Amino acid sequence: MTGYQDFICGDEAIALGVKLARPNVIAAYPITPQTIVVEKLSEYVEDGSLKSEYIHVESEHSAIMAVLGASAMGVRTFTATSSQGLLYMVEGLPFVSGGRFPVVMMNANRVIAVPWSIFNDHNDSLAVLNLGWIQMYVEDAQEALDMVIQAYKIAEDPAVSTPLMINLDGFVLTHTYELVDIPGQDLVDKFLPPYVTTNKLSLEKPMSVCIGAGPDWHTEFRYKQQTDFMQIGKVINNVDAEFAEMFGRSYGGLVEKYFCDDAEAILVTMGSVTSTVRAVVDKMRLAGYKVGLLKLRFMRPFPLEEMLSLSDSVKTIGVLDKDVSYGFEGTVFTNVNSALSRKKCSPATVNFIGGLAGRNISQNNFEDMFLELLKFDSSSTEDRVKFINLRWE
Amino acid sequence: MTRPEISKFVAPKKPEEMPTPIAKAGFIIEKNAGWRNLRPVVNIEKCVNCLQCYLVCPEGTVYRAGDKVAIDYDFCKGCGICAHECRPQAIVMIPEEE
Repeated sequence: MTGYQDFICGDEAIALGVKLARPNVIAAYPITPQTIVVEKLSEYVEDGSLKSEYIHVESEHSAIMAVLGASAMGVRTFTATSSQGLLYMVEGLPFVSGGRFPVVMMNANRVIAVPWSIFNDHNDSLAVLNLGWIQMYVEDAQEALDMVIQAYKIAEDPAVSTPLMINLDGFVLTHTYELVDIPGQDLVDKFLPPYVTTNKLSLEKPMSVCIGAGPDWHTEFRYKQQTDFMQIGKVINNVDAEFAEMFGRSYGGLVEKYFCDDAEAILVTMGSVTSTVRAVVDKMRLAGYKVGLLKLRFMRPFPLEEMLSLSDSVKTIGVLDKDVSYGFEGTVFTNVNSALSRKKCSPATVNFIGGLAGRNISQNNFEDMFLELLKFDSSSTEDRVKFINLRWE
Repeated sequence: MTRPEISKFVAPKKPEEMPTPIAKAGFIIEKNAGWRNLRPVVNIEKCVNCLQCYLVCPEGTVYRAGDKVAIDYDFCKGCGICAHECRPQAIVMIPEEE
């Protein structure tokens, strides 16, 4: 089938991307705001347009364990979840990553309780940041579809062999509609050949997978996992370049830098809010302000080199966190600061915490943030962690 | 009734030689029977070759030596299940020091 365009929501874009990637086994449990993904995929399997085994599971814990088992048989797998469902999967997540199985999962970013809510922020995925999964955050439905196709190519690369989580902002992306280019199956098949691995169970060559290791060898397994992980950034950049050549769209690898070269103040963002900031940068640049945007596309592997190569013109960096690590600061802020601390002249940093449970952050809010960054006094002792848009001053 | 041989473990010398957490199935690198207090002994005269002992042994240590039942003492933990289940009472447990 040749490519076409359709007016679809982010969830459907994910489902269409998965369909094009032809996974052999899908196991997922529906949860708002991810539900449309599993509904669409089960429809494709039912009507025969996707030849895949769809396992109906009774929980997210079973979903991750089912795809772990299927991946251990050496086949391509997919699962999807959100928020509390992701937390219910937690026990299985390090089995998949430690066992080096390239499962691809979509996570619809949503609040974790309590207070209970179904709307968007990043507290769910960032809570599982340390469990060995590649973490990708997308900005719109087109990027969501494209990154599903790239995700399998990245995760299944023999040097990577690591699971990948595609994060999609709940409702903002999952339930809003946009015009999306859907590539033809032939082209996707050419880009993404079937998954082949030796990391599997087989009768011809019996192997034990997910083996144990104690004090004598555990550290070496972890060292291998970490050193392999630190090389994943290169694969991500290569896959992006190869994708651009074939499909004509490129996303820039681990980060996208927008007007960063001569900027004095930069905002670091993840996910859908990036589009708003890009518009604000355009507007402020026209008015002569030297502002820029750094879109974090991956939290793991973290774009260390991209942070270190930021221009010395950058005086202040603001980090927008749609999450809080209670008792300290935003998780993205901690990571950005750690990377910048290795830089010769480290810029001052400010943490803006906002957008929790889907609260809107407007263009005016971002303009205010940029103005605050531009006049920021780095010798100031005021608290660098600021909640924005509070109902009181 | 084929048992895996004891294999020699070759330790990886550098990071590139480290495998993912995957290993050849049945990869046994040392004998393992050190905590046995009682040892099963088969009286071949009484044995009827029903192989119940083979089926119930949790460690897979019962094997055939020619046409006779034998026990691999390198891996037998001395649990006594074989003796308990043996209907003709051809297996008895005796103290390890005897």
